[in-house]
Amino acid sequence: MLRPADEAELAEALRSASAPLHVRGGGTRASPARDGAEALLTAGLGGVVLHEPGAMTLVARAGTPLDEVTAVLAAEGQRLPFEPPDLRGLLGRDGVSTIGGVVAANASGPARVRLGAARDHLLGMRLVDGEGRVIRNGGRVMKNVTGYDLARLMAGSQGRLGVLTEVSLRVMPRPETEVTLCRRGLSPAAAVSAMARALASPFEVTGAAHDPRDGGRTFLRIEGFAASVAYRTGLIEAILRGDPAPSDIERIEAAASSRVWADLGGVAAFAGREGDVWRLSVVPGDAAGLVARLPDGACWLMDWGGGLVWALCAEGTDLRAVLRPYTGHATLVRAALSTIAALGMEEPRAPAVAALTAGLRAKFDPRGILAGAG
Amino acid sequence: MEMPRPDDRILSRKVDLVDRLVRLVGRGAVIDDPAAIRAYECDALTAYRCPPLCVVLPETTEAVAAVLHLCHEERVPVVPRGSGTSLSGGALPTADCVLLGLARMNRVLEIDTVNRFVRVEAGLTNLAVTRAVEEAGFFYAPDPSSQLACAIGGNVAMNSGGAHCLKYGVTTNNLMGVRMVLMDGTVVDLGGPVFDAGGLDLLAVVCGSEGQLGVVTEATLRILPRAEDARPVLIAFSSNEVAGACVSDIIRAGVLPVAIEFMDRPCIAACEAFAQAGYPECEALLIVEVEGSPAEIDDQLTRIRSIAARHDPVEFRAARDADEAARIWLGRKSAFGAMGQINDYLCLDGTIPVSELSAVLAGISTLAKDAGLQVANVFHAGDGNMHPLILYDANSPGELEKAERLGADILRLCVAAGGCLTGEHGVGVEKRDLMEVQFSAEDIEAQMRVKDVFDPHWLLNPAKVFPLGASRARRIA
Ligand SMILES: Cc1cc2nc3c(=O)[nH]c(=O)nc-3n(C[C@H](O)[C@H](O)[C@H](O)COP(=O)(O)OP(=O)(O)OC[C@H]3O[C@@H](n4cnc5c(N)ncnc54)[C@H](O)[C@@H]3O)c2cc1C
Repeated sequence: MLRPADEAELAEALRSASAPLHVRGGGTRASPARDGAEALLTAGLGGVVLHEPGAMTLVARAGTPLDEVTAVLAAEGQRLPFEPPDLRGLLGRDGVSTIGGVVAANASGPARVRLGAARDHLLGMRLVDGEGRVIRNGGRVMKNVTGYDLARLMAGSQGRLGVLTEVSLRVMPRPETEVTLCRRGLSPAAAVSAMARALASPFEVTGAAHDPRDGGRTFLRIEGFAASVAYRTGLIEAILRGDPAPSDIERIEAAASSRVWADLGGVAAFAGREGDVWRLSVVPGDAAGLVARLPDGACWLMDWGGGLVWALCAEGTDLRAVLRPYTGHATLVRAALSTIAALGMEEPRAPAVAALTAGLRAKFDPRGILAGAG
Repeated sequence: MEMPRPDDRILSRKVDLVDRLVRLVGRGAVIDDPAAIRAYECDALTAYRCPPLCVVLPETTEAVAAVLHLCHEERVPVVPRGSGTSLSGGALPTADCVLLGLARMNRVLEIDTVNRFVRVEAGLTNLAVTRAVEEAGFFYAPDPSSQLACAIGGNVAMNSGGAHCLKYGVTTNNLMGVRMVLMDGTVVDLGGPVFDAGGLDLLAVVCGSEGQLGVVTEATLRILPRAEDARPVLIAFSSNEVAGACVSDIIRAGVLPVAIEFMDRPCIAACEAFAQAGYPECEALLIVEVEGSPAEIDDQLTRIRSIAARHDPVEFRAARDADEAARIWLGRKSAFGAMGQINDYLCLDGTIPVSELSAVLAGISTLAKDAGLQVANVFHAGDGNMHPLILYDANSPGELEKAERLGADILRLCVAAGGCLTGEHGVGVEKRDLMEVQFSAEDIEAQMRVKDVFDPHWLLNPAKVFPLGASRARRIA
């Protein structure tokens, strides 16, 4: 196992590698190692390099534990706006998420619907590519169009083009308070339409999810200064009540509200349950139609106002076939090896897009040292 | 500024090429008359001009693909163009290029307010997107000052920003997908009306690639519900330093204004003389705009007022009605016009960490004095995106070069302060040869490898972004 202590050692490890390596942040998300691949851990590259609250910026080495980043930010009343979800329960893993792993996975939680994904808040990065070349891109300023945006290309790349060694992120003030409204009894279609109305309102809803269990619960989150949250909660409640179905709206405040979204973002509902887990990115308005077509016995959950559907199905079920009539894509998040072998984790891309992707991989990792990443 | 020598083999084949283009897209879509071509010889960086070989104005993605395919087969360079408002010479033609204008592709293709996106053609102007959705209560957030003229395709190519990006982000944060034609004529769709497509995020690297990776013909854009209301305040200070500190404190306090604009004394004076907005006598002023319901606005302004009070402002002026709000914005909005009245100017747009504001402003002032030129500053302070305006006299020989040298020195200062060469205007030809100030040879090489994949023969907008020396081998290969 390789555990470089700094970027130079990491570069050397990649340069001198003669066979694919299995690069891991904290090992919470990465796919299982392929037979014989040597592990390379980024955990040695840790530490927050800079936090400037007045400029809303944070620079951290890639191996810094997510918890450490969160704590540094919280001490100054700030947070990562994209709400990285904790999927350890769902994936049945332990270990420590690292900030580099979060960025490489573009891991974004419920707030993504309003505040953007990890990639939206990425300001810059340092990376070592498959040839061991150190590349810097972007910076630590909020606006930067100098040269191509390689940093955002790396967000969500799962480390296939290189290993991140440092990331620089835009952070945001932690809101004074939050409230979640929970409306019971809506059908999937009514829930999607209620969420759409709330998201189309000027009240800056930062979470819109629907869980069909227990007769259906639709969640909407409002954050900000206390007076503003009180005002906006009232108006969102009115939007929810506008629906013809009988009303039953619960207000969930502060810490209890945070727990609701931690569970939704982490898909706690599927943790420890058997089957393949899929992540379906769809046009919100198609979500209700889509869940109606899921095979018998499938469980599901909607986030991002319906734009993200999590589904739990019997092993081997091909949800891409179910999704075919709709715009969107289906990704396997946790699945039996036989499902992965048959269907692949990711939706196959159009040939021209696949060719561009392959071309980039050939440029940044010509020897395939990172071929097993992701 | 150096441009590569045009290729004589292409120049000598002009008649034949025009003929073939006409056969592809029709006579009405090809301009080859030297007088008419003139309209395309430059963008808003007017110091540099060069008429292209000819101009093509296709109306469909298929026509764009046909033109690119032909140019690819014939190894003719292509320069894409939206509205030609680039301030960095991004749309500057070469004499041997086909200038591909998207202006006729300006339709709104789809408006979906339920799912909060629109799909438009790349030649549509930025403001027209907001106009198309405002009746339904929505807007398109990135709002460059040029929004009446600039096109969405140009915005995507430059990753343009605007006054409100402190809260809403820039183009890349509001772009969901594009239809794009590669140099060889292949049409690709990247992203779409759904979030976070798996696989490599190619859309992310296309946005801001300055027309070098492909020609965007359609874009899917996220639209946002308009805030209930918005209101600006004007805060005047006795020094740049205090104004800069106040900006940091506002951000730290957790109030997230939609805009924080900064003007220094030379700029305030010019705007006063030009627009008589009634700005106070001061060294620096901030315009801070917040959004929400009237009560929420009052609450945020109370917080801002108490933060500002700690910095002993010369004046704190809140707008009580729409008229007063308009007066507060009047001076800021006329800043560029006001400076233009005084003299010709170069507009820089380096970005710096907000904490470095006052040090960098002091540094700029020293550099300007040494150069014997006047510099006024007006910029988006919340995100550190500076806009030093260097005044010079274009009719006086050597002044432009002097102004450019000062500009380069100011940008070096921005980079040394932890910032970058350009926050929103792009590298184009203007800052091409300064890239090595910010990037190592390896950093630049990595970016050029991306172009190698999308455009292996380096035919799309070839002499931009990268220092000519660094890209030479690839361009002549
Ligand atoms: C008065 C004024 C104020 C401005 N204010 C701002 C501001 O506040 N914020 C800001 O960010 N910018 C600002 N700008 C700069 C400019 O308006 C932006 O860069 C704008 O996005 C350019 O759009 P355009 O359609 O005019 O593009 P053009 O100038 O025509 O082209 C710009 C670049 O984009 C490429 N391109 C154009 N269309 C396409 C396409 N369809 N596919 C691929 N590549 C393409 C061109 O090759 C070129 O490299 C301002 C400019 C002026 C003159």
